[in-house]
Amino acid sequence: MSAQPLPAVSYLKLPEDGDPYLEGHKCGSCGATFLGERTVCSKCSARDQMSAVTLPTTGNLYSYSIVHRSFPGIDVPYISAIVDLDDGTAIKGNLINIDPDPEKIEFGMPVEVVFDDALGRKDRDGNSYIAYFFQPKV
Amino acid sequence: MSDAYVVGVDMIKFGRFPDQTVPQIGSQSALLALDDCGLTIQDMEALYCGNLGQASGMVGQRILQEIGQTGIPVVNVSNACATGATAFREAWASVKAGLYDIVLAVGVEQMGKGLLGGAGGATGIPKEGLLGSGTMPAVFAEAGMEHSSKYGTTFEQFAKVSVKNHHHSTMNPKAMYQIETPLDTVMNAEMISYPNTKLMCSVNVDGSAAAVIASEAKAKELGLMNRAIKVRASVLTSDPWQERDLVMPDVNSCTRKAVAAAYEMAGLGPDDIDLVELHDCFATAEILHYENLGLCGDGEAGRMIDDGEVALGGRVPVNVSGGLLSKGHPLGATGIANIYEVSTHLRGEAGERQVQGARIGLTHVIGLGSACGIHILEKA
Repeated sequence: MSAQPLPAVSYLKLPEDGDPYLEGHKCGSCGATFLGERTVCSKCSARDQMSAVTLPTTGNLYSYSIVHRSFPGIDVPYISAIVDLDDGTAIKGNLINIDPDPEKIEFGMPVEVVFDDALGRKDRDGNSYIAYFFQPKV
Repeated sequence: MSDAYVVGVDMIKFGRFPDQTVPQIGSQSALLALDDCGLTIQDMEALYCGNLGQASGMVGQRILQEIGQTGIPVVNVSNACATGATAFREAWASVKAGLYDIVLAVGVEQMGKGLLGGAGGATGIPKEGLLGSGTMPAVFAEAGMEHSSKYGTTFEQFAKVSVKNHHHSTMNPKAMYQIETPLDTVMNAEMISYPNTKLMCSVNVDGSAAAVIASEAKAKELGLMNRAIKVRASVLTSDPWQERDLVMPDVNSCTRKAVAAAYEMAGLGPDDIDLVELHDCFATAEILHYENLGLCGDGEAGRMIDDGEVALGGRVPVNVSGGLLSKGHPLGATGIANIYEVSTHLRGEAGERQVQGARIGLTHVIGLGSACGIHILEKA
């Protein structure tokens, strides 16, 4: 078992000295940004033009759904959100710290990325994880 | 190249058949389609079989083991919810290419109950409910909410799709359900993923559908032109790159790309289409496809459902079969079942739900991930 929590996804980076951040891979040919490492761009097909970039921690809510039924053991309701980060990278995650009520949620609302324990979920070896979430930006 | 024609087509009544095997379920529609044109499996030169659940299970060969092992080539096809349409298209292409004169396409599925999608990675921890939702109701809710954001489409307008399709299915004896669901019933049903309630999600059912496709020369030789349906266009696309599509599966651009190619292939436009069977896997999805298929302008889909233009008797009836929402959605069968539905109207054999004077119809399916299959059909 790891002494430190692990990242829930490969594009979430946990530096030993510094704050967690999300990493994108940007195509030097066309500018498209992807989550996760790759060598070929699926927008323009350029090869070996990818470089790692630190993604912004703020963005805007693009679309969402309020999930009331999920798989057994998953707490509901929760808000599944698509966010456009300030550099244009689209990312999906839970929108937290807001009522799961369509009257309260506004398209385009500013959000910020926050990092926290992955809802207490552990893997079979007992490792803890850090995940990212979105919350309304004040 | 000679045209290709659907000369026999049929489906079984969709339902739940836990005591049958997948090949047994598929065999029934294969025999019905052969009966529809008075032929037997001995007359078929190839079989194209669509199935998802047993994609590695040689379902096509096992269907022949049920109805006649003639030694013909069998191709088993898997392409998410576009599986049936892909099997049909491969069959069509083989006839168009002159490889065979007459072939059989079968789509079949045996479904479990419950939510589809949302599987996490093989390592680490489950991501469902941690990094949003990968369940199909949520994914298609997010696609619908994108439309709400752009055009103000309301929960009520999405719900009206379900009211319409459930109403249509009361006239379709082969639909899973024949039950009216008024607007308040749809909107007050269990919320699955806002804005999709349970009655706005397609029904998981078992089913199969099949079609016999022949070259023009073969159809004439067999005396089958009388009820033949001409395939005016067959198009398959995958999802072209879009800025959000790796986190938000895009059902729009692959549909728009496919329908543009289909209209061009057929030499037709949306105004020529008399009825449409489109991929209403969720009520939110149907709204998007009115615009994607060019049935109305961008931003007009909400008005279209409000005005009844897409209901039976309206300007361009959509999903008069009851659609996936009420007829049911056996994934691998759906793409051929909607070809059966349109063909039945073009033949003037749809009974109570007949679209009067229907001459040209369009079928559309989406396999998330993504694939879009479109066919334009015309009475020969």
